[in-house]
Amino acid sequence: MTTIPATPGPATVAPVTKEPTPPPGPRRRLADRFAGGTGSRWFPYVLVFPLALVLFGYVVQPMFATFAESVGVDGVENYGSFLTGGGVARSSLVTSLIISAASVLLCGIVGVAMAFLLKRFSFPGRKLIEAIILVPAALPPLIGAISFQLLYSETGILPRGLQQLFGAENPVLPFSGIAGVLVVHTFTMYPYFYLSASAALGGMDPSVEEAAYNLGAGRVRVWRTVLLPMLTPALVSASLLVFMTSLASYTAPLLFGVDQTMTMQIYINRTNGDLPMASTYASVLGVVSVLFLLGMRWYEGRRSYRSQSKGVAAHRREITNPLGRWLALAASLLATAVLLAPVATIALVAFSRDGSWTTEVIPAQYTMQNFVTIFAEPRAFQPILNSLKMSLIATVACVVVGVLIAYAVRRLDFRGRGLLDVAVMLAWALPGTVVAINLISAFSTGNAFSFGQVLIGTFWIMPLAYFVRFLPLVFRSSSAALAQLDPSLEEAARNLGASWWRAFGTVTLRLMLPGVLAGALLAFVHGVGEFVASVLIYTSETAPISVEINNRMYSFEVGTAAAYGMLQVVLIFVVMVVSGRLEGGRRSTREAARWTA
Amino acid sequence: MIDVTLESVSKRFARGGDTAAVADVDITIAAGEFFTLLGPSGCGKTTTLRMVAGFYFPTSGRIRFGTEDVTRRPPNKRDTGMVFQNYALFPHLSVAQNVAYGLKIRKVGRAESRRRVEEALGQVHLAGYGDRRIDELSGGQQQRVALARALVIRPKTLLLDEPLSNLDAKLREETRTEIRRIQQEAGTTGIYVTHDQAEAMAMSDRIAVMQAGRVQQIGAPQEIYHRPATSFVARFIGRSNVLTLPVQGATERTVTVGLPGGGEIDVPAPADHGLRQGETAQVSVRPEHIGLTSTTEAGALPGRIAELEFTGMATNLVVDTAGERMQVAAVDVPAGIAVGDQVGLRLNRDRMWVVRP
Ligand SMILES: Nc1ncnc2c1ncn2[C@@H]1O[C@H](COP(=O)(O)OP(=O)(O)O)[C@@H](O)[C@H]1O
Ligand SMILES: [Mg+2]
Repeated sequence: MTTIPATPGPATVAPVTKEPTPPPGPRRRLADRFAGGTGSRWFPYVLVFPLALVLFGYVVQPMFATFAESVGVDGVENYGSFLTGGGVARSSLVTSLIISAASVLLCGIVGVAMAFLLKRFSFPGRKLIEAIILVPAALPPLIGAISFQLLYSETGILPRGLQQLFGAENPVLPFSGIAGVLVVHTFTMYPYFYLSASAALGGMDPSVEEAAYNLGAGRVRVWRTVLLPMLTPALVSASLLVFMTSLASYTAPLLFGVDQTMTMQIYINRTNGDLPMASTYASVLGVVSVLFLLGMRWYEGRRSYRSQSKGVAAHRREITNPLGRWLALAASLLATAVLLAPVATIALVAFSRDGSWTTEVIPAQYTMQNFVTIFAEPRAFQPILNSLKMSLIATVACVVVGVLIAYAVRRLDFRGRGLLDVAVMLAWALPGTVVAINLISAFSTGNAFSFGQVLIGTFWIMPLAYFVRFLPLVFRSSSAALAQLDPSLEEAARNLGASWWRAFGTVTLRLMLPGVLAGALLAFVHGVGEFVASVLIYTSETAPISVEINNRMYSFEVGTAAAYGMLQVVLIFVVMVVSGRLEGGRRSTREAARWTA
Repeated sequence: MIDVTLESVSKRFARGGDTAAVADVDITIAAGEFFTLLGPSGCGKTTTLRMVAGFYFPTSGRIRFGTEDVTRRPPNKRDTGMVFQNYALFPHLSVAQNVAYGLKIRKVGRAESRRRVEEALGQVHLAGYGDRRIDELSGGQQQRVALARALVIRPKTLLLDEPLSNLDAKLREETRTEIRRIQQEAGTTGIYVTHDQAEAMAMSDRIAVMQAGRVQQIGAPQEIYHRPATSFVARFIGRSNVLTLPVQGATERTVTVGLPGGGEIDVPAPADHGLRQGETAQVSVRPEHIGLTSTTEAGALPGRIAELEFTGMATNLVVDTAGERMQVAAVDVPAGIAVGDQVGLRLNRDRMWVVRP
């Protein structure tokens, strides 16, 4: 573009920007179309094609490869065992479904009760509980499950403590097997219910409830006829989420020794070398997860209640009765202890001498040695390096691909937009074990998407698995950031002469940045804590932190295992603080956007 | 400054069904002119403007800047300055950085850029606001930053999409004079979109009235007001009574129509009216061109007052006549007049006009 004359000349002056006659040939024409920007008919496809290829190559195609693997040797015979007989396959499926249903029930009771107490009542200690309520769920899956095992299993701190207290013969109230799994699920998944129910309760216009009282309804009737129906959408989505997450759960059954679940059978068959059977389990679990995903999307598209009036905060009822206040305070303290116990346990055990904890309630000897070992011994430090490196690579890929997919889905108009969206959510819906089996099936021989290389047994399969698992996190936070951004900002930049790339970089991406960064941090942390997929595909050189923790637990080096876990926990809390800051920043840009709107 | 031509431009959206958002629009805007697209919400104004800016490409037809065909040129190569309805200011940049954005893309040197930003901010009375953040400005100030940002690049055409709709009434009137002054000073061609007919009348050299994607009439404000082409234009611009009357005779520039109360009247008509005796004509007469008189006056239309509202400057009446309900704005009315009274309406023959249905 040439510069514009300082004084506008008469209209007859030759046009300032003379359009060069395009030389013939397809290259130039394509460039022209590309330069046409988001208005051009071809632009979306130029941008979307590579993205679609990535999703197909690493999410969809591996799923088909797994299916092919499962029917490769004996046809559909493997699937028959799910339908008939009392074999392992059928009982694993049934157990998984029962555990998931029970988890939904338990999480629902705990989560909704918590939401109701914290949003509707005011009592001493409420603020503290609200601040720490998500702590148990923030732990990486393996460390979370280990901490509950250390706390509540037969050899755990609580049952042994109670045993000593009451002078009993055996540990009191130990959790084992399925009950143990349910404890882990309840503590780590009730936030799905808590968050959605408290958002629904908080967003509910109190005058709706007051109207019901005004018309003569009693408290129970108001609950039954007004509050519960208005909470239903939130509760249904939370139920679906908890069910899916429970179905995908792997570490809890592993630690509490429940072998007959879908995820455990995948792991067991894989380690026994029966890949076709492992693929069969993975296919069944994959299909169930996908059905749940579709059900969820369908349901969320159907209905949601929004309050019409705004600015009226839901009122809290003060607990004034002195006895009630004391009870509430005691309950708050107990809840605080329960919520912080997992992290406290990990922290405590991290400083215990390996092998010193046998039958005592808590470890007897303490030392710094575990941390010294981790940082001083190169072999012990390697897993940390591995995790950081693999997670960083995956995060970078997640950001590049996730941001562009979010842009395409939110801003471009092209055929197959819904498919792109679903493909990303597919990566989110698939359990980690299934993702691992899919990658094993697809890349144990070279194919086009691995550039002909065998990836299994190499370094690259690990970041690839992390990429597939955590891409949806970056996609979702980017997409949410984009949704808050007025499209005319980008158009203003284009109007002022910026090319699409420049407008995207200097305006859209720049304004999305807090959201993208929050998503990237989340993906990074999840990568550093990843266990479920890693344990199926790691090699001795690429073992990440969580696999190392698991191995140390097996060799009874509980102190060192907890020390690794402590490092993960510290990283998570640092990131949570940083993300909190970003949230604040995002709010200010959101305010700015509202001003300009 | 450049002239802008739209040649039978149409736009259909992929998801817009069968109807075209813009259909067969032919407009020639002279260099330096302030041209307004006026019409009710959804009539295709924004779509037309966005085709000029390059955010949409027409489904058919051509758009020219001067002699250049820009129909499918990308928006960043068009040199138009656009003021968006919601301003679209970059929230992460300061006021000065917002204004400098287009200059940076044009690789204007730093000193020159600073000078021009200062000048542009001065032009919109925001000198000294350069370091402010966007969210520290009021709505009116944001609007002026958006104007400065569009003007500082010295665009060939200035495009404004309802830029005043987010301002309060008083600020709106002040700002519209400002916009007009700045456009004239800068000497750029201006294309302005609004649904507010008063705004369009006050600001424009010429107006295109649009309805359902089609241009109904193009003309200067007075022309559109006094000689509306269609009954839609007559009703949309100001207020108007459109009467359906029998044609009793026609010459090239007048049509003789019969009145419901008896008698006939010669009404001025456009040259292409094409009406003949025996057909019916649509005749527009504005409320202020109707006088009140006694029922007995010859040629007066008898009626009964159905509503009466005193506004200070005039008295607005609704009068039921034999054929129609008529709106009347009378400057002086007989004392003691009240709803239910019988009155005569005297139509100002010279200010009546034959319109197309
Ligand atoms: N991106 C779009 N996709 C589909 N239909 C559209 C789009 N933009 C505008 N329309 C339709 O085109 C018609 C004209 O819209 P618009 O130009 O925005 O009207 P105005 O600016 O005059 O209010 C409307 O019926 C609108 O629904
Ligand atoms: Mg519009």
